[in-house]
Amino acid sequence: MKKVKWLVPTIYIIFLMLPIYWLLNMSFKTTTEIINTYTLWPQEFTLENYKKIFTDSTWYTGYLNSIYYVVLNTIISVAAALPAAYAFSRYKFLGDKHLFFWLLTNRMAPPAVFALPFFQFYSSVNLFDTHVAVALSHCLFNIPLAVWILEGFMSAVPKELDETAYVDGYSFTKFFFKIFIPTITAGIGITMFFCFMFSWVELLLAKTLTAVAAKPIAATMTRTASTSGYELGLLAAAGSLTIIPGAIVIYFVRNYIAKGFALGRV
Amino acid sequence: MNKTVNQKAWFFVVPVFVLVAFNAIIPLMTVVNYAFQETFGNNVFMWEGTRWFKQILISERFHAALGRQVLFTLIILVIQIPLGIFIALNMPKEGIGVPICLVLMSMPLLIPWNVVGAMWNIFALPDIGFLGHSLNAMGFDYNFTQQSGDAWFTTILMDVWHWTSLVVLLSYAGLRSIQPAYYQAAEIDGATRWAVFRHIELPKMKKVLTIAILLRFMDSFMIYTEPFVLTGGGPGNATAFLSIDLVKMALGQFDLGPAAAMSLIYFFIVLTVCWVFYNLMMKNESQL
Repeated sequence: MKKVKWLVPTIYIIFLMLPIYWLLNMSFKTTTEIINTYTLWPQEFTLENYKKIFTDSTWYTGYLNSIYYVVLNTIISVAAALPAAYAFSRYKFLGDKHLFFWLLTNRMAPPAVFALPFFQFYSSVNLFDTHVAVALSHCLFNIPLAVWILEGFMSAVPKELDETAYVDGYSFTKFFFKIFIPTITAGIGITMFFCFMFSWVELLLAKTLTAVAAKPIAATMTRTASTSGYELGLLAAAGSLTIIPGAIVIYFVRNYIAKGFALGRV
Repeated sequence: MNKTVNQKAWFFVVPVFVLVAFNAIIPLMTVVNYAFQETFGNNVFMWEGTRWFKQILISERFHAALGRQVLFTLIILVIQIPLGIFIALNMPKEGIGVPICLVLMSMPLLIPWNVVGAMWNIFALPDIGFLGHSLNAMGFDYNFTQQSGDAWFTTILMDVWHWTSLVVLLSYAGLRSIQPAYYQAAEIDGATRWAVFRHIELPKMKKVLTIAILLRFMDSFMIYTEPFVLTGGGPGNATAFLSIDLVKMALGQFDLGPAAAMSLIYFFIVLTVCWVFYNLMMKNESQL
């Protein structure tokens, strides 16, 4: 029984790693090897594909663009969601329940529905092809998510904490920044993780709202695939590189993930 | 927690409200605009009433796409939810295995969706992909770009690969919140493994599982990028799910009226299902 228990996650992880390994495998191969032979590991190990990405500005600016708008979106989402989540967790007010559900409905809106109107709308306010446009558009699904998660964490903090602070003569702002925020750092960390994640993986809106100046890496990849034939090695290298930021972020929040799921609601 | 009534709390919500309204209401109004009118560009609109809605609701194309979508989402839920619970039950509870499992299992969740599609494309190619090559070597006639059955198989396998971890993480978090005393009591009573699962673990996971089902329903029902990159909706229309069909209609053929009407129907379906789930969830929560 003990052995079987250990076996299940192992098989699952092997299944998860196989396609990732295959992508890495391809990224270290030369184009001729990819086209002509089927090999389980690179026969002529090459770093050419990666070299091209790091030296060609159309490639590496894609990465910088993606990281720029993802970070911007994470900051905006969390900053706006903090006071709102506090209000939802502590107070009753006119229309609070409806407002909360309305926020959630935006997480449910298919991005495909919004692609065209977003394009027209952001063009009309002269934000088309800017990092701000992508960051703002991703607020559509990240803010509701951030409010939802943060509200879960804040509700877990007993209300007595607020009351004691006020008795001790703290003003609201001082209490919020000096006492309340430090007590929910784990929650804020989890929230930032999810905002980062959903903004990083989203492409439909990011692609629709950008042309050149703010084009995300993922869009660079699709365009290359269609224009310059099938450069599989290069595509594989670019794909492999997009895994890295996520892996770094996971590593930092690994201890919070399970805890966050349990306390918050994600 | 008993909350105090405070109308000033609205001020805290204003930034969120403005940001989301900016993104949701204005574009949604554009969709509504197109859904009821005919346009020839240059902001000239003609009132069409509910014509586009009628057209979409009786169109075979929409029925087919909706059918494929519902089937896909059902298959996804039936596979991923039990599989996710099963894996979570078998995960280590302490030691070095925990962070290793968590980090490795979260990996697929953080890969951009089109990279997931591209990765699976490379992985499944019949000649040079590991999956395609292996299946053909085993004697299966596998080619996901030509045969619709294979395209479905690959799309579903890809989604299982991509999203099962979310169910695993949520179930695992639910399991971790169970006090050891419950298990000890069950052992004293001589409960079977199934009884422990049925009467202790499952009820404790109810809340996170509702969230898991809700998230998996929403995301699989709205799936676009991964199948678009993997199969492009093909072969033929075999894997053209609702979003793919919608984008084809709106941006490919520029049939804005019908596309907008379809958007609203689509949104309405997601919303109704989620509303039912949300109410169920809130009811559960008040019981806890």
